[in-house]
Formats: sequence, C-alpha cells, structure tokens
Amino acid sequence: MKSKFRPNEEERSVGQINTASLPDIIFMLLFFFMVTTVMREVDLKVNIHVPEATEAKKLEKKSLVSFIYVGKPLPRFQKMFGTEPRIQLNDQFRTVGDIQDFIAQEKDQLNEADRNKLTVSLKVDQNTKMGVVSDIKQSLRRANALKISYSSVKTDKVK
Amino acid sequence: MARKLQPINAGSMADIAFLLLIFFLVTTTMDVDTGLMRMLPPMPEKNQKKSNDKIKERNVFVVLINKNNELLVEGKRMDIHQLRQAAKDFIANPENRDDLPEKEWKDIPFFGHVFVTKNPVISLQNDRGTSYGTYIKVQNELIAAKDELRNELARSKFGMNYDDLDKEKQQAIKKYYPAAISEAEPKNVGGEK
Repeated sequence: MKSKFRPNEEERSVGQINTASLPDIIFMLLFFFMVTTVMREVDLKVNIHVPEATEAKKLEKKSLVSFIYVGKPLPRFQKMFGTEPRIQLNDQFRTVGDIQDFIAQEKDQLNEADRNKLTVSLKVDQNTKMGVVSDIKQSLRRANALKISYSSVKTDKVK
Repeated sequence: MARKLQPINAGSMADIAFLLLIFFLVTTTMDVDTGLMRMLPPMPEKNQKKSNDKIKERNVFVVLINKNNELLVEGKRMDIHQLRQAAKDFIANPENRDDLPEKEWKDIPFFGHVFVTKNPVISLQNDRGTSYGTYIKVQNELIAAKDELRNELARSKFGMNYDDLDKEKQQAIKKYYPAAISEAEPKNVGGEK
C-alpha cells in the first residue's frame, strides 16, 4: 500500500524547481531599475514642448546640469498663475529675480573645482516669447553661469 | 528512473542573468537630455570702456528676427531655408568676395599655409516678441552651417567627422573656420521694461 509520507517513484520524479537563482534575478532587476531611473525628477508645473533641432548634442555629466523650466502653467495652476509663460525653478514658480539666487544655490552644491562647469539647461516651450528668455539670459550672465544649453529634441530634419 | 530527472543545474543561471543585465544596459537609451550648447558672453564690467577696435562691417553677418518671426539677413529679407547656405558662404567666403569677410594667409597645423577668413562673426539679434521656437530654428541653422563646413573639411582631410577627431585636429579645423556666433545684447525695441 502506498504510504502517505513517501510518495511513490513516479510522483517524486517531477522534482522541484530550483529557486536558488531567484535572488540573483531579483537583484538583477533591482540593479537595472536603479541604474535607469532618474532620481528626483522634478514635478513639472508648466507645459513644455521643447523645439526640435538637428544639431542638438547630448548633455554630458548630469550632476553639473541645472534646469530652468519656462512655459504655460498647467491647467490646474492657471487660476493662480495665469496663462502667461512662467518660470519654474526646482518645484516652484519663480520670477526672473530669483534666478541669481537659484544659480548661487546650485553652485554651492557643487565642489569648488566644478563650479565653473555648471551648465544651465533651458527647457523652454517653443511658443514662449523671447522676452522672457532674454531676461533669463541676462540674469544668468549676471550670475556668471555662462554655459547654457537650449534644450531641444534631436531630429534628422527640422520642418 | 529517478536518476534520469535530476534537478536542473542552476550553475549557469548567474551567467545568463549577467548576460541579460549587460544586454539591457547596452541597449536601453535612457532619457538623455539633448540641447544646443552655447556660451553666453560675460557681463561687461561697469567701468569698462566700449572697445574701440570696431569689427569691420564686412566681417559681421547680422541676422535679425522680428516679432513676426521674419528674418532680415544682412539687410535683406530671407527665408529660413536659405539661411544655412548664406551662413556657409559667409563663414568660408570661397570666392573671396568683397562684401564677405576678409581673408588672410595663415599657418595652421595639418593644413600648412592656407588662405582663410579672418574672424567672421555671426551676430544674432531678436525682438522680445520673437517666438522661442523660431529663435532656436535660426540658432540651429547657424550652428549647422558651421558644423557642416567643419565636417566637410574634416572628412576631406582626415576621412572622419569633426566630432570623432582628436583635440589637436579639432583645434586646427577650428582655426580654419573660426566662426563665432554672438548673442547680442538684447534690445528693448518696444520700449517696455
């Protein structure tokens, strides 16, 4: 008679899936996501469609890049901030006057040697008027942050 | 019978996992930020005199964009599609024309004694009402003109694109085509602050 505790040969032969490598797989996934996700991507409060350009180059060294966002506020902020293009620094709406402080802050976070290598990436909506952008450029010059990048999508041909 | 169905050998699992990991690392394009790199001119010192050495008019390529996003290039209206060629002609001045930048004989490493333009400057001015999209299009065309010339030269001389060359060769090509794009001081045309 078959024993309850000793399954016969046929049942035992199925064997069990070896799960010893499961941790490896999980770790692999973990590392993968750790590498690919960008931490602390700011919440965009403005609507931005950056223009296209054929000559756009990759921005090297992410840690040396600060972002300035300019565009129409999203619908849920329009009651408070209107529909004119606004400047967003980090997570808040700001004005041109705050840019110098912002740059000073960003420079403080870098170590001494890298301060002059700070690149400011201007993420500006393509329908913005140049007036705002000129003001930003002027305050960047005053803040002595001269390396800038006009953020744009790389395409093969601009319409 | 039992011998036949051993547990699967998982020794190579780690290798497979690593292979996958490397595969994904290589193939995924992360959300890279791209943009047109520019340098702003430093703020002039308060007590600094305006420099007297005026750049000759023929050495400056003036591009104006008005608030209706129309282009005025060297005093003439121009369509944006013609801008790249015009800028290329300006930077290189292949026919040595009088209204395009002056040329001079220069000694450049790799190239020897060559007849090239002397410091051509592209000056881009815009109105406060110009749309950013147009401004970037124009910037892009001007940068493209410069890059195309440098690439053409790099390819004919070294058989490589400009970006793939080493520092010294890039310097030499930069000397050959020195074009500078200047972002002029903004002007308040409309009188508003």
